[in-house]
Amino acid sequence: MPDHTAPDSVGLVKPALMHFDEPLQLECRRVLPSYTLIYETYGTLNAAGSNAVLICHALSGHHHAAGYHSPNDRRPGWWDKCIGPGKPIDTNHFFVVSLNNLGGCHGSTGPATVNPETGQPWGPDFPMVTVKDWVTSQARLADKLGIQRWAAVVGGSLGGMQALQWAIDYPDRVAHAAVIASAPKLSAQNIAFNEVARQSILTDPNFHGGRYYLHDTYPRQGLILARMVGHITYLSDDAMRAKFGRDLQSGRFHFGFDVEFQVESYLRHQGETFSRNFDANTYLLMTKALDYFDPARDFDNSLEAALAQATCKFLVISFTSDWRFAPDRSEEIVESLVAVDRDVSYAEVDTDKGHDAFLLDVPEYTRLFAAYMRRIATELEHDRKEAQR
Amino acid sequence: MLRPDLAIIRDWIPAGARVLDLGCGDGALLAELRDNLGVRGYGLEINQDNITACVEKGVNVIEQDIDGGLGNIADQRFDYVVMTQALQAVQRPDHVLAEMLRVGREAIVTFPNFGYWRVRGYLLSKGRMPVSRRLPYQWYDTPNIHLCTVRDFDTHCQRNGIRVLERLVLNQEHRSGTLSRLWPNFFGELAIYRVSR
Repeated sequence: MPDHTAPDSVGLVKPALMHFDEPLQLECRRVLPSYTLIYETYGTLNAAGSNAVLICHALSGHHHAAGYHSPNDRRPGWWDKCIGPGKPIDTNHFFVVSLNNLGGCHGSTGPATVNPETGQPWGPDFPMVTVKDWVTSQARLADKLGIQRWAAVVGGSLGGMQALQWAIDYPDRVAHAAVIASAPKLSAQNIAFNEVARQSILTDPNFHGGRYYLHDTYPRQGLILARMVGHITYLSDDAMRAKFGRDLQSGRFHFGFDVEFQVESYLRHQGETFSRNFDANTYLLMTKALDYFDPARDFDNSLEAALAQATCKFLVISFTSDWRFAPDRSEEIVESLVAVDRDVSYAEVDTDKGHDAFLLDVPEYTRLFAAYMRRIATELEHDRKEAQR
Repeated sequence: MLRPDLAIIRDWIPAGARVLDLGCGDGALLAELRDNLGVRGYGLEINQDNITACVEKGVNVIEQDIDGGLGNIADQRFDYVVMTQALQAVQRPDHVLAEMLRVGREAIVTFPNFGYWRVRGYLLSKGRMPVSRRLPYQWYDTPNIHLCTVRDFDTHCQRNGIRVLERLVLNQEHRSGTLSRLWPNFFGELAIYRVSR
């Protein structure tokens, strides 16, 4: 039973809104005249403003990373296992900021919010946002929160890409970057899976060219399919075998197309739950942000040159059974960092949990990540004492 | 307190050098070099507890199996490549040594000397594979699959164009005594070499 009063929980939390009137120039050459970001914070910002940790969310994530919105919540935030007093991102030491990215559907400005120019939801007219754009908007949020330099920028998967982009775009504003289960750019196979997901949404008759809000409907079936195919790539073959095997719901074949195997039931359930809570246009945008991510592109396709911009220390973690962003992809990042003499530690954690492992409590991973965060806390404490002298 | 062989290696490495430590353990050497000599370096390690210990110390550690080679590291990327007491445990010590000298200007290796008189005595008197404080394993479970003697290593260097820049052979008390200087292959328990191409 979840417990918001547990000593290692950040407890009840309330999201906050930050409005920005300064136009945001986007990579797609369009300008967002104004926008709002929803975010949550946990812990306390120290006097020097040096203990802030930014959590960057992945494809379907949002600002609610830890704690509970109400005592009746069935589940805490999506990364509650890692954030709280005494947890790896220890809120006794760190001030944690977690936001919903631009284009999201959980409270930040996105396709489902009203475009002030038309009075209608943005829908398909919402500009394409990239990882670089997100980082720019996050930097503005940091300005408003009085955070000059992050103690750490942390993210898994698409979140790890934001951490990388931060390190490249704002070297003076990042002390550490933790890049977990991520990649320096998507492979053709990654893009292919995203394209299947997008096509399932785009071809749903209820999509209405992205203006489904006006028809009081949404591409439910498309979202379900998109999530089902995505979810397959988050799990490993071994994990699926262990979890479902060939187990049948009723114990016998029905020789039909209804749900028979447990794995079918699981995927449909995941898809349906997701379709009720996620906006289809946001899903399209987020998958495109993934596809476009390629920081080396600005540096003659040299990842080394891109990462040579960075001055922070890096922690890179991959998982053996992750085939969406396999260990090789993380090793590309590590090798480039070593080649340009940047501080980096890297571990390939042995687990059968697949890509999803970055969200789970895999003991070896949790221990390592906790050790890295403890080291940062030690450095902060050291800096504080130095400053007092 | 730094392990005696690590303390010797520390004294061989100049300030500001770039160091790669193969099988860096808990990162003690790299932490020492960083704190006292401003050395920038990376350790390669495969044991998870060791990796976590390195991270805790703020030592750069990369999970990589030395037996897989160092193909991901550019030529002459480091000033020193160090490998302490792991030479005898890798699949092909000759390949690893060659790789160390490809990615580094100089290599520093340490290994237990199988020509040590106690080891010889054990085999001679008992007729069984030697087990000692430094070689505490049984023949069937030992990770030390390519044990060699000081003379073996010297011969290997000679035949492969590897220059021995410095050699220190320690006795059981981890000291370089008169006997181990005069007859290293007989009185030395642990050998420390600094080599280059």
